[in-house]
Amino acid sequence: MNQLQNFSKGFIKENPVFTLFLGLCPTLGVTTSAFNGLGMGLATTFVLLMSNIVVSLVKSFIPDKVRIPSFIVIIASFVTIVELTMQAYLPSLFDQLGLFIPLIVVNCLVLGRAEAFASKNNFLSSAIDGLGMGLGFAFALTLLGGVREVFGSGSIFGFKFIEGDGMLIFVLAPGAFIALGYLIVLIKKLQKA
Amino acid sequence: MEYVLIIISALFVNNIVLAQFLGICPFIGVSNKVGTSVGMTGAVTFVMVIATIVTYLIQNYVLVPLNITYMQTITFILVIASLVQLVEIILKKVSPPLYQALGIFLPLITTNCAVLGVAILAVQKDGFGLSHSVVFAIANALGFGLALIVFAGIRESLDLADVPKPLKGVPIAFIVAGLLAMAFMGFAGVVPN
Repeated sequence: MNQLQNFSKGFIKENPVFTLFLGLCPTLGVTTSAFNGLGMGLATTFVLLMSNIVVSLVKSFIPDKVRIPSFIVIIASFVTIVELTMQAYLPSLFDQLGLFIPLIVVNCLVLGRAEAFASKNNFLSSAIDGLGMGLGFAFALTLLGGVREVFGSGSIFGFKFIEGDGMLIFVLAPGAFIALGYLIVLIKKLQKA
Repeated sequence: MEYVLIIISALFVNNIVLAQFLGICPFIGVSNKVGTSVGMTGAVTFVMVIATIVTYLIQNYVLVPLNITYMQTITFILVIASLVQLVEIILKKVSPPLYQALGIFLPLITTNCAVLGVAILAVQKDGFGLSHSVVFAIANALGFGLALIVFAGIRESLDLADVPKPLKGVPIAFIVAGLLAMAFMGFAGVVPN
């Protein structure tokens, strides 16, 4: 597999949300708008990229038995960095994402890539894998957030294009499940084409 | 009365799965059979209550006095991960039948964001003492179980239903979850915020 394929697999072919069904809690929880989805996606991308890099560098020093706890500590450190940075520079986004920022630490996508990819591959492949998977995740969250924002509030990235309110149900909890269900169907169709 | 409000709020109004999007992975993953859902609920209740008690004590007697609350994410996830291991070892020794029933679900719980989520929510709530936190944890675990078991029941009958081909599997599960979330929205306003 060349590095370009390694990078691009996260978008459609092995998209973490639409085909692997990983990291579903933040996917459903924060995507009330395209901007929130993008913010969460990029925060996760940073954690995924950095944890993949560090895991691939230190993998030979970590005894096999304490592998998982060590990965969790590495991931939790980067999550704390994101948490404090976002609180300082993007306080409004931090308030919107709320609980889901510390919960990046239990995002199965991050630990899954550390265990399945970074602990077996070299530094460069792991970094590219982390970046690709992270951006694929961000893409999925932005898409879902965009769909919910368009239908739910009649705007995209905060720019309103219809008068009045949209279909409120899309911004509320049920809309998240239903929109994601139909998006999965759509992506499956695209993968076959 | 306070406790009753906490319980009703966590079970129906702010259901942890259907309104707060925590613990979606096991919700979609292990909800094929009612039997496994009951097992999962048992394991989650067990770990969630113990984890909330331990993290509550750590937050109030270690992190806050030492002024290192920014270590919250790292500390909590380590506590939960080691707790899950500990519970597994103790159960194996003390109660083999219970271990048989819950054993396979225990490793999955470390990355169940509902456990970490409830632990963080419990220390964030204003005026929550230890007893409030315990009730809060039990109520949320039961809320998780309620959503999981109801959903598993629906999915068991869904296997026999004539679902359009592109929607088969995960997509229809999400749409059903959306309808279930919509039903739970009917409880909104039962408990004053």
